[in-house]
Amino acid sequence: MGKRVLLIEDEPNIIEAIGFILSRDGWTIHTHQDGQTAMAKVLALPPDMIILDVMLPGRSGFDILRELRSNDVTKGIPVMMLTARGQEKDRELALRLGATHFMTKPFSNSEVRDYVRVMMGP
Amino acid sequence: MVSFNILIVVSLSYVAALFWVAFLAERRAAAGKANWLRSPVIYTLSLSIYCTAWTFYGAVGYAERSGLEFVTIYLGPTLVMVGWWWVLRRLVRIGRAQRITSIADLISSRFGKSRRRGVIVTLIAVVAATPYIALQIQSVTLSLAVFAEAEGPPWTDVDFARAAMWFAGGLAVFTILFGTRNLDANERHHGIVMAIAVEAVVKLVALLAVGIFVVWGLGGGPAQMMATIDAADLDLWDQDASRWVGLIFVSAAAFICLPRMFQVMVVENDDEAHLRMASWAFPTYLFAMSLFVVPIAVMGLELMPAGSNPDLFVLTLPLSQGANGLAMLSFLGGFSSATSMVIVATIALATMVSNHIVVPLWLAMQDDRKGAMFGDVRHLTLLARRLSIAGVLALGFVYYRLSGGGTALAAIGLISFAGSVQVLPALIGGIFWRGATRPAAAAGLLIGLVVWLWTMFLPSFGPGAVIPVTVIEAGPFGIGWLRPQALFGISGIDPLVHGILWSMLLNTAAFVGISLVTFPTPLERLQGAQFVNVFDHSTGTRTWSRPVADAEDLLLMLQRIIGVTEAQRIFAREAQRQGTPGQLPKATPDFIARLERELGGSVGAATAHAMIGQLTGGSGVSVEDLIAVADEAAQILEYSNRLEAKSAEQEATARALRDANAKLTALSIQKDAFLSQISHELRTPMTSIRSFSEILRDGDMPAADQNRFAGIILDESIRLSRLLDDLLDLSVLENGQVVLRQQTGQLSTLLDRAVSAAGLHDRNLTILRDRTTEEIEITTDLDRLVQVFINLISNAAKYCDAKKPELTIRVSRANGQHRIDFLDNGIGIAAQNQELIFEKFSRLADESKAGGAGLGLAICREIMLRLQGDIIYLRGTSGTAFRVTLPVTS
Repeated sequence: MGKRVLLIEDEPNIIEAIGFILSRDGWTIHTHQDGQTAMAKVLALPPDMIILDVMLPGRSGFDILRELRSNDVTKGIPVMMLTARGQEKDRELALRLGATHFMTKPFSNSEVRDYVRVMMGP
Repeated sequence: MVSFNILIVVSLSYVAALFWVAFLAERRAAAGKANWLRSPVIYTLSLSIYCTAWTFYGAVGYAERSGLEFVTIYLGPTLVMVGWWWVLRRLVRIGRAQRITSIADLISSRFGKSRRRGVIVTLIAVVAATPYIALQIQSVTLSLAVFAEAEGPPWTDVDFARAAMWFAGGLAVFTILFGTRNLDANERHHGIVMAIAVEAVVKLVALLAVGIFVVWGLGGGPAQMMATIDAADLDLWDQDASRWVGLIFVSAAAFICLPRMFQVMVVENDDEAHLRMASWAFPTYLFAMSLFVVPIAVMGLELMPAGSNPDLFVLTLPLSQGANGLAMLSFLGGFSSATSMVIVATIALATMVSNHIVVPLWLAMQDDRKGAMFGDVRHLTLLARRLSIAGVLALGFVYYRLSGGGTALAAIGLISFAGSVQVLPALIGGIFWRGATRPAAAAGLLIGLVVWLWTMFLPSFGPGAVIPVTVIEAGPFGIGWLRPQALFGISGIDPLVHGILWSMLLNTAAFVGISLVTFPTPLERLQGAQFVNVFDHSTGTRTWSRPVADAEDLLLMLQRIIGVTEAQRIFAREAQRQGTPGQLPKATPDFIARLERELGGSVGAATAHAMIGQLTGGSGVSVEDLIAVADEAAQILEYSNRLEAKSAEQEATARALRDANAKLTALSIQKDAFLSQISHELRTPMTSIRSFSEILRDGDMPAADQNRFAGIILDESIRLSRLLDDLLDLSVLENGQVVLRQQTGQLSTLLDRAVSAAGLHDRNLTILRDRTTEEIEITTDLDRLVQVFINLISNAAKYCDAKKPELTIRVSRANGQHRIDFLDNGIGIAAQNQELIFEKFSRLADESKAGGAGLGLAICREIMLRLQGDIIYLRGTSGTAFRVTLPVTS
């Protein structure tokens, strides 16, 4: 049983792509599409890492990140943020709120894979 | 010999120069650089309109006929200026405080804003001033005639009546130009005041020059001149004391009451302090004007042929001696005297006539349309004033023509004075006596006017001219005591003194008597208090004489008003100053007065006076005090109203700024959001495409996966091109570059096309239609219309959240328009978003609802506007509802 990655993202095709990439490395992928209930999902089974989209239905990714960082259970979990808006201020906001990494869509597969490898350790 | 042509040229140049001066002054005033225009020197010089042509030319003739009596005309104003300047100061202060525009306005305002009183004063003024204006016209034509006479034919044949008409017309033009220049009828006349100041200098210089020429040039110096005067056949010192008293009184009173003097002294006054200089400078001016009168008269008698008109010595003496330049200057001096008087008198009279007669009459006639004419009043006032100016001058001219320009006119000066003076009792009573009432003012004015007309004005036309000789000798209907020159059977008095005495006596008696037996109305009382106590608000003049107040009561009251600490501090300091042990000083009058001032600073002078009065008990609170308190309260109220209006205004401005800022911020946010959204919409499909392309390139996967991933890439590419199409489409539509293809088709067919193109195969949306209503021919760009329908149908398919989603399409027709409604059974759109959804990327602000790019409805709206129709959100339905409207084409 590999370490768990939780992917919070609402675009089915992107979920499929990332899922495919990471599963080839042996990680266990959980996915969640709704912002509103994302926090509950995290708390129910805290993952080893979270990939979090910014524009989610129900609740913004930034908002979720803020709550993740203020909760004792979740504040240590590495979070990689994804956004398609591609604005510099989004990157700053993400890092200020405590994201471990920030990645702009479209991304290269190797970039995602390598970063997850680094974060999950050997 | 002075060429008549040169004289005309010089005169016209002089007039042009006056126009220029007036124009320049107006311009400087308009530019806000009027300070030097309004110096005490200019003010003093403007008062010189008291010296008219009658004084300029006539004083010499007067001296020739009656010796030193002419001095009375100068003594009256001198006495007022030196001894009674405080009356003037009060008038000026009242004029300023009450925004008084004329002497009629002052009387009307004082007596409860009574229109009738204003009309009476106006009538008196017009009747009294018209002959005087005629006199000025006469003096100018006479002096012209002198030059013509000296020149000989053909100038002696000049029609001087026509010259007089041109003169009057020219004055009317000047006065209208500079007297009614400003739209605001209350404005002062900088240009005119400047011009008459220049004229004042010219006439003084001219008269002094003639005097110096006479004394040193003709008389051989002052010493020899004195001897000549002594030897002359002139009864300088044979004087009638009653005439002196009467004349000094009349000229003093006229100095205050003449409409033109009131105009320059009060209305045009810019600063009370100017009176201080005028109080010595103006008597000096008068002295200089009178200095050479006797020498000119004496030398004239000596040198001019017997039978020469002494009224024109000032002009004829230099002319006969060949001093042509001096004669010319003298002519300009007389001309200046005449024109400045006529201009100011005309302005003053026109103001009164238009404000008290023309405008009220006009308004009364328009009464039923009050609302409609409201904005018009200022223009009306100006028009009325211009017409009044023309009317007053026309009246003067007609009077001049009718009177034939004879000697009757020369005698009119003093009679005119006596007429104007009838306003004096109401004026003085009004500003010094609170008990004066409006019936009293009217009665005094009317009685004065009638007595003056009967005893002085009408007889002045000569025996038998207006009043038959029998009436003069035996009285009307044989009533002896009504004889115009021997009222109440008292005969043997000089007719002038007789007229002045009786008119003033009866006028004053009626005014005082009726005031004593009638009571002022509340408004009169209020106005009376404001007029009589005009100085009280600025300085505390009332004092408390009796120390009857209890210091403890005073302290308690003071504490209530200005606070405990401050009150006790004042009392402790006073106690210490008085050397009284403890905290309570003795309530000395001095201390009470100081307390009143202290209180006045907080609650206003009148209220403070009333409060202290209550405690001291001595005087109690009088009605006047209450009125003063009310007045003060009204002022405070007005002030606070003004403040309120101001702060409301500021608030409105601030609100407008806030709104604008909010709009700008919203726009900027919208722009950011737009770019963000485009980025998001483009990058999302690109992310899938890139990622799956990389995966496919890596190879090593089952064929089924390969196919599926290729399918995803294809789908996302299509999504990407659709988005780009939408953006381009919207951009084309918004910029109006779209080309419409008009076609005709059946609505049902169009809806069929839209339903099948909306791609509903994998959605369970039921569409409910009534095809019978859809049998309509439509002519428009059908492809575009179908595009709108597709959008609405696929929106319903995507967003309708009902368990069994249904879309009802309803077709109807109203107001010349086809209406196609699309109603689903979902949850609908929140009211605050119903307008927003038509904006580009409107859903962007609401990140909770992902989906399409949010361009669909924006495109729909643009299309419908191009097709002369519209698309709106239908309120009042439970689900989401759109209405597409299209004009019915024939």
